[in-house]
Amino acid sequence: MKIVVCVKQVPDTAGGVKFNPDGTLDRGAMLTIMNPDDKAGLEAALRLKDQYGAEVTVVTMGLPKAEEVLREAMAMGADKGVLVTDRVLGGADTWATSTTLAGAIRNLEYDLIITGRQAIDGDTAQVGPQISEHLDIPVISYAQDIKIEGDSVVVERQYEDRYHVVKAKMPCLITALSELNEPRYMTPGGIFDAYKQEITVWGRADLKDVDDANLGLKGSPTKIAKASDKVRKGAGEKVSLDPDESVSYIVEKLKIKHVI
Amino acid sequence: MNLEEYKGVYVFAQQVDNEISSIAFELLGKAKDLAKDLNTDVTAVLLGSGVKGLADQLAEYGADKVIVVDDPELKDYRTEPYAHALASVINKYKPEIMLVGATAIGRDLGPRVSARVATGLTADCTVLEIGDFPLQAVPGQEQLHNQLLMTRPAFGGNTIATIACPYNRPQMATVRAGVMQKIDPIKGAKANVEEFNPGFTPDNKYVEILDIVKSVAETVDIMDAKILVSGGRGVGSPENFKILEDLAEVLGGTVSCSRAVVDSGWKPKDLQVGQTGKTVRPNVYFAIGISGAIQHVAGMEESDIIVAINKDADAPIFDVADYGVVGDLNKIVPKLTEALKAEIAAAKG
Repeated sequence: MKIVVCVKQVPDTAGGVKFNPDGTLDRGAMLTIMNPDDKAGLEAALRLKDQYGAEVTVVTMGLPKAEEVLREAMAMGADKGVLVTDRVLGGADTWATSTTLAGAIRNLEYDLIITGRQAIDGDTAQVGPQISEHLDIPVISYAQDIKIEGDSVVVERQYEDRYHVVKAKMPCLITALSELNEPRYMTPGGIFDAYKQEITVWGRADLKDVDDANLGLKGSPTKIAKASDKVRKGAGEKVSLDPDESVSYIVEKLKIKHVI
Repeated sequence: MNLEEYKGVYVFAQQVDNEISSIAFELLGKAKDLAKDLNTDVTAVLLGSGVKGLADQLAEYGADKVIVVDDPELKDYRTEPYAHALASVINKYKPEIMLVGATAIGRDLGPRVSARVATGLTADCTVLEIGDFPLQAVPGQEQLHNQLLMTRPAFGGNTIATIACPYNRPQMATVRAGVMQKIDPIKGAKANVEEFNPGFTPDNKYVEILDIVKSVAETVDIMDAKILVSGGRGVGSPENFKILEDLAEVLGGTVSCSRAVVDSGWKPKDLQVGQTGKTVRPNVYFAIGISGAIQHVAGMEESDIIVAINKDADAPIFDVADYGVVGDLNKIVPKLTEALKAEIAAAKG
């Protein structure tokens, strides 16, 4: 079985968010990580590899620096890494990103494609389903459990108040929730090997069956009209009272606001 | 693509088990505002099996017209037949705006359909309005009017972006639940129904549903709760959450928690508020023993009223709290519960 896993390098907000003097995010100063949902997707692929035997190829699109997440994935146990990077691909929205990744994946053999549900920087959850549409294969989003049965996958697909047990013939694309599993750590041997291995680097010319009109900033149907730092509502009142007074204070406020 | 051909504001009227989801009514409320600005009308798209009878409800909440695709293939949500139905409606009727709820269904259906009809999709919008693109006229670039401007938080709520889709149609957005206002229902309104069936030819993309397992709803989803009593590491132990549960019970609220609490194994993940948990916007959010890390704040700062109790006067939670109380939660919370119990009993007379 051949599995392709899409991963994204994202800024790590857990380490604290850093701002430029003009109030925009200072992405350069923030540490980067493998997007958590993608890491769960990778772990799911590695478990399928452990259980059924599989070749796992990790694909990322980004700046040359995004090679780091491929090395990390290979240190965890992925077999191959593909970095898709080219200046003309920059500034892509989800349509152009999914077009690009689909163009890269067309060069690969796959039974299963796994992506994270969403990335913590954009939070859109759109790229996975859009890749599946470009490749004309079924998609099962929000996977909380993945099993293989013959030539099919059986997935628990999460909804707000239920889950569906869904069966799809491969090839198929699955988007993974970070709740799916606890990703394994890199092993020292794995890290050593990961840095010895070749990473495949593809640019625009390597993408299969894609039109320039659908790539990068120019090929993105959505355009940013305005971006700004979030205006926070700011602090209200703060009091330091003894416990009984504190209670009276809160009760009073809840009354004024008609909560009680 | 001749953009002029595309007219009207359309809403995907999500139903589950043949019951229309609240998000559909919320979207209709917003669609009515947008349609007024554009001098056009509102159409609901209802997909399902045996759903035609639900159309009048959509009229009551503001749909001028309801397009119904009624087919056994659409009984329970599956990506392909739903995407085929909605994309076929878009190709036939050519809406200028297509709104979809940012639900577990909509966030799967929206991207698949947008890719099929080759248009942009803006995710999880919190503000929708009609305006110009670019916002200000730029020399050498035509300023387009009557564009859908879609505003959404990004980066875990740290930035806000306003997005347009100027050269493709429809302009598609998924919209976060609980943000847009429903209208007061127009009792007795009758839908102008148009039935349409694009035909369904099952193939590999029509996945098979083997089983549907509904969660036993012991607790309210924290995203639906009107009052949340949320605890952090400062609560001290899983046992001590009892005092928060008591407070929640008196107010008819629900207990939620911070990531630290989940990481410590004190509470399950589905109660976690924050960037890696759930985004909540209750009427009242009690942050008890929660320091207020930015990932947590991103998930709760839209709450109407935030009450924080923390012994650390410098905790960042006080930067977003409407009412901050510096003090020992172990002393304050049980007394607060008793006081509220007395108040509520007195109010009932």
